[in-house]
Amino acid sequence: MKKVINRTSVVISVLLAMIIVGCSPNSGSNGALSSSVAERVYVAPGEQDEYYAFLSGGYSGNLTVYGLPSGRMFKEIPVFSQFPTSGYGYSEETKPMFETSHGFVPWDDAHHPDISQTNGELDGRWIFINGNNTPRIARISLSTFETEEIIEVPNSAGNHSSSFVTENTEYVVAGTRFSVPVPQRDMPIDEYKGNFKGALSFISVDPEHGHMDIKFQIIMPGFNYDLSHPGRGKSHGWMFFSTYNTEEANSLQEVNSSQNDKDFIAAINWKVIEEYVNNGGGTKMPAEYAHNVYDESTHMATSTMKKEVLTVNPIDIPGAIYFLPTPKSPHGCDVDPSGEYIIGSGKLSADLTVHSFDKMIAAIEAEKFDGDAYGIPILNYEDVLAGTVRSGGLGPLHTEFDGKGNAYTTFFISSEVVKWELGTWEVLDRQPTYYSVGHLMIPGGNSRKPFGKYVVAMNKITKDRYLPVGPEMEHSAQIYDISGDKMELLYDFPTHGEPHYAAGIPAELLAPKAKKFYKLEDNKHPYAVTTPNEVTIERKGNEVHISMATIRSHFTPDNIEGIKVGDKVYFHITNQEQDFDVPHGFAMIGQNSSELLIMPGQTKSSVWEPKKVGVWPFYCTDFCSALHQEMQGYIRVSPRNSSIALKWSLDGDELN
Amino acid sequence: MKATKLKILVLLLSLGSIMACNSGSKTESSTTASETPSHLQGQASVEDNESDKNILQVAIGSEAHSTLVVAVQAAQIENILVNAGPLTVFAPVNDAFAALPEGTVDNLLKPENKGDLTTILTRHAAPGSYNMEDLKREASKGRKIYMATGDYLEVVVDGEDVWVAGAKVLASIQTSNGIINVVDKVILP
Repeated sequence: MKKVINRTSVVISVLLAMIIVGCSPNSGSNGALSSSVAERVYVAPGEQDEYYAFLSGGYSGNLTVYGLPSGRMFKEIPVFSQFPTSGYGYSEETKPMFETSHGFVPWDDAHHPDISQTNGELDGRWIFINGNNTPRIARISLSTFETEEIIEVPNSAGNHSSSFVTENTEYVVAGTRFSVPVPQRDMPIDEYKGNFKGALSFISVDPEHGHMDIKFQIIMPGFNYDLSHPGRGKSHGWMFFSTYNTEEANSLQEVNSSQNDKDFIAAINWKVIEEYVNNGGGTKMPAEYAHNVYDESTHMATSTMKKEVLTVNPIDIPGAIYFLPTPKSPHGCDVDPSGEYIIGSGKLSADLTVHSFDKMIAAIEAEKFDGDAYGIPILNYEDVLAGTVRSGGLGPLHTEFDGKGNAYTTFFISSEVVKWELGTWEVLDRQPTYYSVGHLMIPGGNSRKPFGKYVVAMNKITKDRYLPVGPEMEHSAQIYDISGDKMELLYDFPTHGEPHYAAGIPAELLAPKAKKFYKLEDNKHPYAVTTPNEVTIERKGNEVHISMATIRSHFTPDNIEGIKVGDKVYFHITNQEQDFDVPHGFAMIGQNSSELLIMPGQTKSSVWEPKKVGVWPFYCTDFCSALHQEMQGYIRVSPRNSSIALKWSLDGDELN
Repeated sequence: MKATKLKILVLLLSLGSIMACNSGSKTESSTTASETPSHLQGQASVEDNESDKNILQVAIGSEAHSTLVVAVQAAQIENILVNAGPLTVFAPVNDAFAALPEGTVDNLLKPENKGDLTTILTRHAAPGSYNMEDLKREASKGRKIYMATGDYLEVVVDGEDVWVAGAKVLASIQTSNGIINVVDKVILP
């Protein structure tokens, strides 16, 4: 019956599409109603989207999950920022996620999400994203959609050229945007040139658990390392990083970093370096960086401070690193699905530079170099150039691919997406964006296997696209249908924070394995209670640990006495539900923290330091059930010197 | 019934599309044919094989409750039994329905008696979670059980045995959204 209706409704929508599409001009310029455009982004109530899209939240520090083509937002995944909605970064279990060598840093600037790959194709296991400001890389589970791990990156600053994965997720790379003294030291800023260094970090990813570890850092010249993408197919084993400020300017970079006609794309054969370090190469250098891991079974994060990092000096590994001259401060550095073309978008140029991997290898083998920079060979521009795309646009930034031989490049200054053909370099189409587009995203568009049906353009400027909401506007995104010869603008939707890059994946690869709840029997939290009968309260000096249970619609216990002013009260709350989408919340009056939102089977903890004598209520913040309003309790707080014994109860029955 | 209406709609639409265009038309579906139930149905159609079973799922899986399940379906209250609740359902076994005067059940299952059937079934549901132990506690504290129809039912305890409005509780089953108390009688007003 259900299946019949589903199938029938699909048939109806197909038929509707036939009527509308079949009978209207296919120009897309006659408005939504006459061109079937509305139909193509309309996901009927109860239906689901075809793709997941993960948009970085930029300065929100988080990652947002959208559906395509509808543009509906499903979730904000907290990553680098405290998130009172769930208690992430406030709960005792998740505070360690924000530990760094600079102490507790509860915010970052999240930029470039990238989904793990196997054989160059999206495998949907994890998504990585970089924290730009206090350099970090996070790994997020694509089963729980929660942040599982954050590793700090030492010797780095402005961790922008990140977090891109190699073809089998052997590594996630993190290149520094700002070069800095390595190691850090007190020195005059104007002695930057020749003294500052740019670290490119290769972080290994454990194939089973995804755990990250800095395998090695290449200590490169003091340029700005902007973006990167991996080789794939025949160029697997190489990583390409765009650079700017090869002038090594340390002030007024907007002028001083634009002096050279060409900067470089750094081509790095990481397989050679991997072999070098596996054979004992490299120098262990003292460093300090935090490695924070969240364990799904204990529901707790731990933070470890690491004290050493393996560094590699480029001149010690001949044959591993080359510079490809690339015009005018290249920003995007994108590799086509075949692995042959490396596209550098000179952001001050009108043209795109396309390098050929085969030509690069031939030039390297022929040892045709045009000098070197700090001992790193520079290849001849003409020797590696595959072609130039004369775009007619201005300010090219980023390129994605549709897997059908076409590339799509954003132009910030001329506010457009330009479609062009790989190999002929011919411009095929151009569509305006609204306004000043940064990145764009085709699901799988930077892998061996793109899903070339839609492209999403993420814009920096919104202006009049939506109803005005004061000076601060959310950024706009546009989705285009790219299944035909010409791109067609379908829809426009606001995004959260500042989406830089995004990553998309077919829903069928993620939806079936999305976790519904945590199994109580697997809960290894030290204060977990797996039935309400196990609840307990323990006093250790002025520390009081309350193990509490929630189930529709009460807390066990819900009356607690014997707490005193000056106590440090830990609430450890285990949600006893084993039912999808039945969280319980917990909030305590006057608590200097956020609420906890506890998923079924999960334990979360928060601290309350009562300062005032009285009887203070707590309650469930999530409208969990019909009797949600009844889900509350009281704690009696007595004076510091009180001798009232600890006592806890439910419905008048003492439980201790 | 719904399916029939939809088929007619499909036919009309096909006819419409043929009449509207005689040139070859491109077909395109904007939405995926997902496994998720259509919005035309309620929460009872959510597919979830991982969560603990809810009241409806447990009842459907219980052979001793096949009459109750038929009645629930006839009254079309499936969605209520999968709701977040919490609910306590006093679930009469088949024998309890069979013990009613002959023809009672058949009569209630008639579409025109849907209102009466719903009222009777609703009288077996209480907001909140009360298993056998909770019922004993309620009795010991002199509290009655407030039912979804607004009635208060008395709980009587004798040793280990518990009765609610004269129906003996044979077992309590924890479900994801509440409790099923298996009872030996239909609780009639």
